[in-house]
Amino acid sequence: MLIHLHFIPQASLALREGKVSPVDLCRKCLNRIKKTQHLNAYISVTEEQALIQAQEAETRLLKGSPKGLLDGIPFAVKDNFSTQNIKTTCASRMLKDYTPPFNATVVQKLLDQGAVLLGKTNMDEFAMGSGSTDGAFGPVRNPWSYAAPYRENTGLDPNSDWVVTGGSSGGSAAAVASLTSYLALGSDTGGSTRNPGALCGVVALKPTYGLLSRHGLIPLVNSLDVPGIITRSVGDAALVLDVLQGVDVKDSTTILPQSSSAHIPEDVDVSALCVGIPKEYHAPGLSMETVEQWSRVADMFERAGARVELVSLPHTQYSIVCYHVLCCTEVASNMVRFDGLEYGHRSEMDSSTETMYAISRHEGFNDVVRGRILSGNYFLLKQSYEHYFLKAQKVRRLITEDFKHVFNSGVDVLLTPTTLSDATRYSDFTKEDNRTRSSQEDVFTQPVNLAGLSAISIPTALSRRGLPIGLQLIAPALQDKRLLSVAQWIEQRVAFPSISDFEEPIEGSERCLKIREHTVQSYKTYYSGCP
Amino acid sequence: STVGLVNGVFAASYTVRSGENKTSHKCLGLSELPTWEPVSEEQLPPPSTVPLDLVDKLERLALVDFRTKQGLSCLEKAIRFADQLHVVDTSGVEPMDSVLEDRALYLRSDVVTEGNCADKLLELSKTTVEEYFVAPPGNIPLPKREERTAMLKDSEF
Repeated sequence: MLIHLHFIPQASLALREGKVSPVDLCRKCLNRIKKTQHLNAYISVTEEQALIQAQEAETRLLKGSPKGLLDGIPFAVKDNFSTQNIKTTCASRMLKDYTPPFNATVVQKLLDQGAVLLGKTNMDEFAMGSGSTDGAFGPVRNPWSYAAPYRENTGLDPNSDWVVTGGSSGGSAAAVASLTSYLALGSDTGGSTRNPGALCGVVALKPTYGLLSRHGLIPLVNSLDVPGIITRSVGDAALVLDVLQGVDVKDSTTILPQSSSAHIPEDVDVSALCVGIPKEYHAPGLSMETVEQWSRVADMFERAGARVELVSLPHTQYSIVCYHVLCCTEVASNMVRFDGLEYGHRSEMDSSTETMYAISRHEGFNDVVRGRILSGNYFLLKQSYEHYFLKAQKVRRLITEDFKHVFNSGVDVLLTPTTLSDATRYSDFTKEDNRTRSSQEDVFTQPVNLAGLSAISIPTALSRRGLPIGLQLIAPALQDKRLLSVAQWIEQRVAFPSISDFEEPIEGSERCLKIREHTVQSYKTYYSGCP
Repeated sequence: STVGLVNGVFAASYTVRSGENKTSHKCLGLSELPTWEPVSEEQLPPPSTVPLDLVDKLERLALVDFRTKQGLSCLEKAIRFADQLHVVDTSGVEPMDSVLEDRALYLRSDVVTEGNCADKLLELSKTTVEEYFVAPPGNIPLPKREERTAMLKDSEF
């Protein structure tokens, strides 16, 4: 990897100034994908198309007429976003041969900027999971398992004792963390972008519900789904948000952003800020090391003059239960589309339509998906509709109101952990079933989806095992820009390392930590130099 | 006993210090915060069992199968987990469908803006004739459970 081109603005400027060619940059990424194949981060690598796109970008850049801000920048997409003429599998046998005839809006927007698609990333089947361990193409391995801090601090062999990436967008997080891609799209229904973001040590943004189009994102829970953005820095996330946000005529649930540009200032004054610490996020199973990081950053705010207050979100404990019911019911309804008739896997059994449906679905879905469909159907039975489904919808309102009260009381952002602890070894993770794991892993992330808020996970430190720990910031709906500003303030102070800091130094390149100091300047130049 | 939730690692008896009592940088005492109150069995309704006729009904409705006894116990656990909702007092609370409930959603005019892609869509199907998707014979109810199970064994997966 061209280590001095660690962030998007640096790479973008180098491309514009002709110091690097898009084809070279693309090749470097493709080579790195090959080198990190053991991570299983990608389901398909679109090498040929990527090189063609890079060549086209090169032609444009040489003419001095880039398509947009991201011309020539390589990116990866979770395999539940539709990509024209490129397989979109949702990591399921049901869609293993499915090739959509259109692009998801968010994918199209990146392509319209000239960004170069490297491939589709691995995930839990139909995004149902929190480990990226339950997909038809095998589990994703966390790149930090192979980095020196984990190997040296634990003395474990990464080949047998590798840790999970979190999920369900584990492939996207691993792709960005292992530096094979500058940015990756994830999806976030209950934390599926932020959870692997935290465990893989990358920035993971869950924008306000409706800010990004869901058109072409194969739905999990329509009222909770948002496309997520995974990048190497907060600044990069802001500029990708800038490109992706906005009303889409193909998604009637999209809404106008509050400000036309998500560009964030380099210096943020937090002295007038009120940071809320929700006491209920001190949940069972929270690791001491995560608490330490939580305290450390809270203290940073306080020292900088911000008001740091303990606040209460009284229904937090029941949020994961509410999420569980709403998720299963919407899944039961959404998965009806997979019947083997129009697209997707179709069984050979054709004694009757119903039989063909049932057997195709049996063959196409894994145990987790079938289990959620069955639970959802149970919660929607006439006898349980009010008892479970409507009850969950009522609890959803209480959770949403908890957040409203806190934000109306003068709190600007909430600071919480993203996950209970650092990443778990695969062999330990799979000792519990998917539902149990999701109810533990999504504890801090899904309330944000239920309330439609904006949230981001940023890495703050490596644990004693040498694995990333992330913290989450939560802001009111449509305050994404402010959220990003505060997140960048933290980022500038925690000095979280890049995985490349632990690799063999590349001759003539500076270390990443130093590079970060210069990044602010590049963002400034980047924005001023763009059409 | 606790239901579905992990046991707390910290004692639940601390009182929360309010923001005004800040004395030092470590004043928030995050590690001393109280943790969740475990939900006890007594607070919950009696556990639901899923009788065989309901198993059959669910399989017919969902058009997926439980596959094993384990699949069934998975459902029972999922129901038990959901039962915790009943600890929450929701009297007078309206159900919430969407966070955009107080907004007028964008509606476009009801005119054709794109299309003419029947060929592309038909290409995605395994079995078509002319411009039709072909389904096996209809109006035949799903066979009885035993027969269904036998079919699954025959399937290629």
